[in-house]
Amino acid sequence: MDAQAIIDSLSPLVPGASFEAAPSVDFATVYVPVEHVVSTCQALRDSLHFEVLAEITCADYLPRTPRYEVVYHLLSVSKRLRLRLKVRVTADGTVPTVQGVYPGAGWLEREVWDMFGIVFDGHPDLRRLLMPEDWEGHPQRKDYPVQIQKAAQTYAPLEVSQEQFQANLERDRVKRTH
Amino acid sequence: MAQADHTHGLDHELPILTSTVEKVVQWARQSAIWPAQFGLACCAIEMMAMVASRYDVARFGAEVFRGSPRQSDLMIVAGRLSRKMAPAMRRVYDQMPEPKWVISMGACASVGGVFDNYAIVQGVDQVVPVDVFVPGCPPRPESLIYGIVQLQQKIARSRM
Amino acid sequence: MSDIRTETMTVNMGPQHPSTHGVLRLVLELDGEIIQSVIPTIGYLHTGIEKTAEQKKWQQVIPLVERMDYLAAQSNSLAYALSVEKLLWLEMPQRVKDIRVLIAELQRIASHLIWIGTHGLEIGAVSMLFYAVRERELLLNINELIAGFRFFPSYIRIGGLREDLPRGFHAQVQEFLDRFPAKIDEFEGLLTKNDIYQRRTQNVGIITKEHAYAWGLVGPIARAGGSDYDVRKYFPYSGYEGYDFKVPTATEGDVYARYRVRVAEMRESLKIAKQALDRISPTGVFACDDTRVVPPPKDKVYSEMEALIQHFLIYSQGFTVPAGEAYVPVEGPRGEHGCYIVSDGTNRPWRVKMRAPSFMAIQALPTVVRGGLIADVVAVIGSTDVVMGDCDR
Repeated sequence: MDAQAIIDSLSPLVPGASFEAAPSVDFATVYVPVEHVVSTCQALRDSLHFEVLAEITCADYLPRTPRYEVVYHLLSVSKRLRLRLKVRVTADGTVPTVQGVYPGAGWLEREVWDMFGIVFDGHPDLRRLLMPEDWEGHPQRKDYPVQIQKAAQTYAPLEVSQEQFQANLERDRVKRTH
Repeated sequence: MAQADHTHGLDHELPILTSTVEKVVQWARQSAIWPAQFGLACCAIEMMAMVASRYDVARFGAEVFRGSPRQSDLMIVAGRLSRKMAPAMRRVYDQMPEPKWVISMGACASVGGVFDNYAIVQGVDQVVPVDVFVPGCPPRPESLIYGIVQLQQKIARSRM
Repeated sequence: MSDIRTETMTVNMGPQHPSTHGVLRLVLELDGEIIQSVIPTIGYLHTGIEKTAEQKKWQQVIPLVERMDYLAAQSNSLAYALSVEKLLWLEMPQRVKDIRVLIAELQRIASHLIWIGTHGLEIGAVSMLFYAVRERELLLNINELIAGFRFFPSYIRIGGLREDLPRGFHAQVQEFLDRFPAKIDEFEGLLTKNDIYQRRTQNVGIITKEHAYAWGLVGPIARAGGSDYDVRKYFPYSGYEGYDFKVPTATEGDVYARYRVRVAEMRESLKIAKQALDRISPTGVFACDDTRVVPPPKDKVYSEMEALIQHFLIYSQGFTVPAGEAYVPVEGPRGEHGCYIVSDGTNRPWRVKMRAPSFMAIQALPTVVRGGLIADVVAVIGSTDVVMGDCDR
C-alpha cells in the first residue's frame, strides 16, 4: 500500500485532517497534523490493523521552521505493512501523547522529551530518562555542543529543607512506636 | 619464595623460612586479589571471557568475582562510565575496604575512548584513583591478565 | 500480634548488580517477597552515540554503531549499512549478500551463547557460562580471522565488505558448524529437562502475543507467545528470501518458552549458515562496483591517477548521500533492529537513530513481574535478553 492509499483509507476515519503524502525510498510516509495524531493512531490500530508501534523519534532541522519533526514508525504484522507518520512541530510546540493507544509509547516519548525538549500533552510521567535527573539542556538539539567541559559529579547532593527533615524524623518516630 | 630472596635464608637443619612481615603480607595480598563485579559495557564481556575456561584468571589468584564490594579488593572498571553512573561508581569504591586497587580496563574507562561527548566521563581517574590502565577497545583477555600481573608486581614492591 | 507492621518495603537493585545485565536500576516495592511494583531507571550507560555520529562521516559511523548492542555488533552495522545503501540505491552482488547472511547468523549464535551462559548463571546453573563462552571463543576466532579483531570487526561496510575473505575461512567455519550441533545437545541436556530449571522458569513472566504487540516487543519475546513475525520472513533483506529455514515459535509465553525458542533459533541459524557457506566461493567480489563509495584496490591506487584521486576523496572527505530518510529493519538476536537515517545531502549524517529492542523490553518489565517473586525478576530480565548498551545507546 503506498502513501496515497493509506491516506484514502484514513480520511473517512479521521474527518477534518489534512494528510500529506511524502516521498520516500523505503515505505509509505504520511504527514499528519499535530492535533489529529491521537485519532489517527487510534484509527490505524483499530481499523487498519497496525498493531505494533515500533519507534517514536525526532529530528531537529534547526535553521528551518517548523524546527522539529516527530516520526512514528508503525508496523502491521497481519498485513505485512510498515508506515511512517511524521508530525511537524514548531520550536515551542507540543504533541499529544499516544500512550493511550500504544502503551509502548511511554518511554519513547520520554526519551524525545529528554533529548529534544518536546513536551507531550497528557503524558503521565514526563521526566528525564537517559540523562541524569538534574541535567540542564536537551542534548540532541542541534545547538547543544557535542563536547562539554564539566567535572564528573560524584556525590549527588541530597537537599532536604529543615521542615522536611523534622517531618521525616517525626514520621519515623511514629512508625516505630505504633 | 625464599630462593629468590637472598637476604633471608632457608636453614637446612631447621625447616624454618624467614622473611619480613611486609613481604609476606604483600605476597598474600597480591596472590589473591578478588575483583568486584563492575562490568559496565562491552569490556565486561571480555572480562567474562577472561574468567572463563580459555583465559582462566583463577590461576592468577582472582578466583571469584564477588558480587558485593565489601568483600573484594580490586575494582576493574570495565566499560564506558557515563555521567549518570559516576556517583554510583564512587559510592561502590567507597564501600570497598582497604587495601583496594582499581584497574581501568579499556579505552573508554582510561580516557573516554571513542566517545568524546557530553555523556561520557573522559577517564575514570576523575572519579577514583587508578593503579593500572589497560588500553584496548576492548582489550584482549590476555591484555587484562597482563594488567593484573602488573598490579601484582606493583603490590609486591609497595609498602604496606 | 496487633503491632505487626504491614507496610511495603522498598528495595533498590542498584546499578551495580550481578544479575541485571549491565547497569540497570530497579526499585522494587515488596510485600514480603511478592513484588507490588517495579520502577526501572535506565540511562546509566547513555553514551551519546547518536549525537557523536552526526559529527562523523558516513563510513566512520560504523565503529560507533557497532558498540551500541555490543553482543550483536555486526547486526548493528548491517542495519546501518542497509539503510544507507537504500538511500544510495546500491545493489549488492550475490556473494556479498551471502557473506553478510553468514556473518549475521554466526553473530546471532554468538549472542545467544552469551544469553544462555548468563541466564544459566543467574538461575543457578553456573557451569553454563563456561560451556557457552568456550563455544563463543571459536566464533570470536572466526571474527579475528576475517578482520583481526575479536569483538567489533567493522567488517560490514557501506558498499559491501571491508576486504575479501582470507585463506582458511571455509575450513574454520566448517569446523565450527560440524562441532556445534553436538554442543547444543549438550546445553539442552543440562537445562531443558532439569527439574530445578523447569520449576524456576515455567509459568514465570508470561508475555502473551497481544501484550507484546501493545508494548512494541517483536522478536523472540513475541515469538514465544505465538507470533510468527520475523523480519527475515516478512521483510526479507540481503538475500534471505533465498534461504530455507523455519521460524521457531512457542505458545506459552513464559521464560521456559523463550528459552526453547532461542535454542531452536540457534539450530536454525546453523542451517542457514551451512547453506550460506556452500554458496560462498573462497575468493571473489566483496563489494559493489560503485566507485563513489568503495575505495579502489591498492595496486590501482599506486599506478592509476583516477584511482588515486578516488581513494583520496573517499578517505579525506567521504562520499555524500542523497537527501532523504530510510529505515531498514533487520532481525537482530533481540528482535527488530533498525537504523533510522536522515540525510541532508552532505558527507555527514543529519540524524542517526537506532531502534533498540532492549529499550522496549525494559519498559514492559513492570507489567510482567508484578505479583511474582524477586527471583522471578532475575529470571525474566535474563530471558528478555536485555543489553544495556542497546537500551541506553
